[in-house]
Amino acid sequence: MALANLLKERFPQAVTEISEFRGDVTAVVDRKAIVDVCAYCHDTPGFEFNLLSDICGIDYLPNAPRFGIAYVMYSLPCNQTLRLKVFVPEEDPTVPTVTGVWPSANWPEREVWDMFGITFDGHPDMRRILLPFDWTGHPLRKDYPLGYEEVQFSFNHERIQAKKPSPKE
Amino acid sequence: MTVSRYDLTHSTVIESDHQTVEVALEQLRGHVSDAAFTGDTMLLNMGPQHPSTHGVLRLLLELDGENIVSCIPDVGFLHTGIEKNMEAKTWEKALVMTDRVDYLNPLANNLAYCLAIEKLCELDVPERAQVIRVIIAELQRLNSHLVWLGTHILDLGATSVFLYCLREREYILDLFEMVSGQRMMGSYIRPGGVWRDLTDEFLPALKKFLSYISKKVDDYELLLNENPLFKDRTQNIGVIPADYAIAWGLTGPSLRGSGVNFDIRKAMPYSGYDRFDFNVPIGKHGDIYDRYMCRIAEMRESNLIIQQAIKALPGGLFRSNNRKYVPPPRAELGTSMEAVIHHFKLWTEGFKPPVGEVYARIESPRGELAFYLVSDGSPKPYRVHMRTPSFVNMQILMTIAKGYLIADLVGIIGSVDIVLGDCDR
Repeated sequence: MALANLLKERFPQAVTEISEFRGDVTAVVDRKAIVDVCAYCHDTPGFEFNLLSDICGIDYLPNAPRFGIAYVMYSLPCNQTLRLKVFVPEEDPTVPTVTGVWPSANWPEREVWDMFGITFDGHPDMRRILLPFDWTGHPLRKDYPLGYEEVQFSFNHERIQAKKPSPKE
Repeated sequence: MTVSRYDLTHSTVIESDHQTVEVALEQLRGHVSDAAFTGDTMLLNMGPQHPSTHGVLRLLLELDGENIVSCIPDVGFLHTGIEKNMEAKTWEKALVMTDRVDYLNPLANNLAYCLAIEKLCELDVPERAQVIRVIIAELQRLNSHLVWLGTHILDLGATSVFLYCLREREYILDLFEMVSGQRMMGSYIRPGGVWRDLTDEFLPALKKFLSYISKKVDDYELLLNENPLFKDRTQNIGVIPADYAIAWGLTGPSLRGSGVNFDIRKAMPYSGYDRFDFNVPIGKHGDIYDRYMCRIAEMRESNLIIQQAIKALPGGLFRSNNRKYVPPPRAELGTSMEAVIHHFKLWTEGFKPPVGEVYARIESPRGELAFYLVSDGSPKPYRVHMRTPSFVNMQILMTIAKGYLIADLVGIIGSVDIVLGDCDR
């Protein structure tokens, strides 16, 4: 908590909200300033967050702003964890990349692009990683269907039967 | 005239007019060196089906003879959409899907997920359950390291070690079958504790196994540690400096082989690990040999931890009594109305954790395995993100393989210890 307060003093406009839940401290950061905040967390003595644990994308549909990205980082010298949250609107889903601060952000950011459609400006390799290169759509969005087969009951029997493949006469 | 060219990054055949080789290679321009465009170096696909890539991993290698100029990993062949799928199931049903993420230590995946749920719900875990979880987690570590050792040494050429390691693993799988009924995907660790108590046959079999495995690890070390062929192939190869490893997000034995003392069981203890006395093996040079030595030493440490845990195993409950999250035992259903109501609610709807986001991490045999759970108060998870060690560790292959031979690359992939289910989910 003390760390997050120090961060807010250093970046009063960028760090908008600090919360603590079950022992984890989360600081909400404005997405344009995320690289400066991360670089500060990485370099400053007392912070020294040199290991980026995780980048997690979250889709908050129908709330606005729609997407959230959580950066979980860990400091090896000081044994502390901090979480930064960035909210990304649907109209302009871009965030500056943090690969300049932690090179290990490369693949996690590609995964967020692949699954949510959030582009990272300045990323060296913005391609799909888990899905095939020609896939359309971003699966982990809430409006993307899970894609299982509909169970055929008697009320929808004809509708589903018509879509089933059959040998051509 | 249609010309069909092979699109190298994407392995598809492009049929079109006036398509030249330059256009297909153009997609690789940022990733491979300029020599590939003149034909000085060769692009070779170490394809998804390959015995040495430990699963369905595709590596696009740019080779100058046998020397690797660049290496582009292409993952995603084992992606099954587990994270999306878990959003459609209830919290407890989604637990079964976590087994399949890292299939070489399934119960540890369960443990990470349950730790995250327990952190979210503030659920207590009885002491007996915590010690049982430690025993199971360390058995998983032994299991995973045995498979790692067997496959890694098999890749380097010593085929007999593979069969020895899998023979040992059979005993561990028998132990898991005693405890959960399943050899691999046990789903034994549930929120609040473990699924059922240890059977009577488990502890004697476990003690017998521990004395057996320590002799076997001695045998492996005798076979490999001073073996000149093994040392030639592993020392000073695949060197990862410590700062580089931390910057690239490496965790687990791969990081400890480079000399960084970071073990989550010591730094952020979970499930009662701080009660047990064990060392964390650290390497020096960061080459394949040091990572091998770290994992072999970890097998011995796991043995020690399990022995201490057996002595420290208390009696008592094996799962929490909090009926809002944990179903009552069937015997109670005949006598207690509350038990019937709780059983009904938990089985039809599932439990409802409080709203919030948590992050819980464990030390898996590969590195930091963590779950980021987002809950909106409903019985289904809103978002489950798995921070898997293999996904992050694999990035280092992009840079570390340069300058080595393909034969060395095989050793490097094995020493970073990736499991593709862990990587792709």
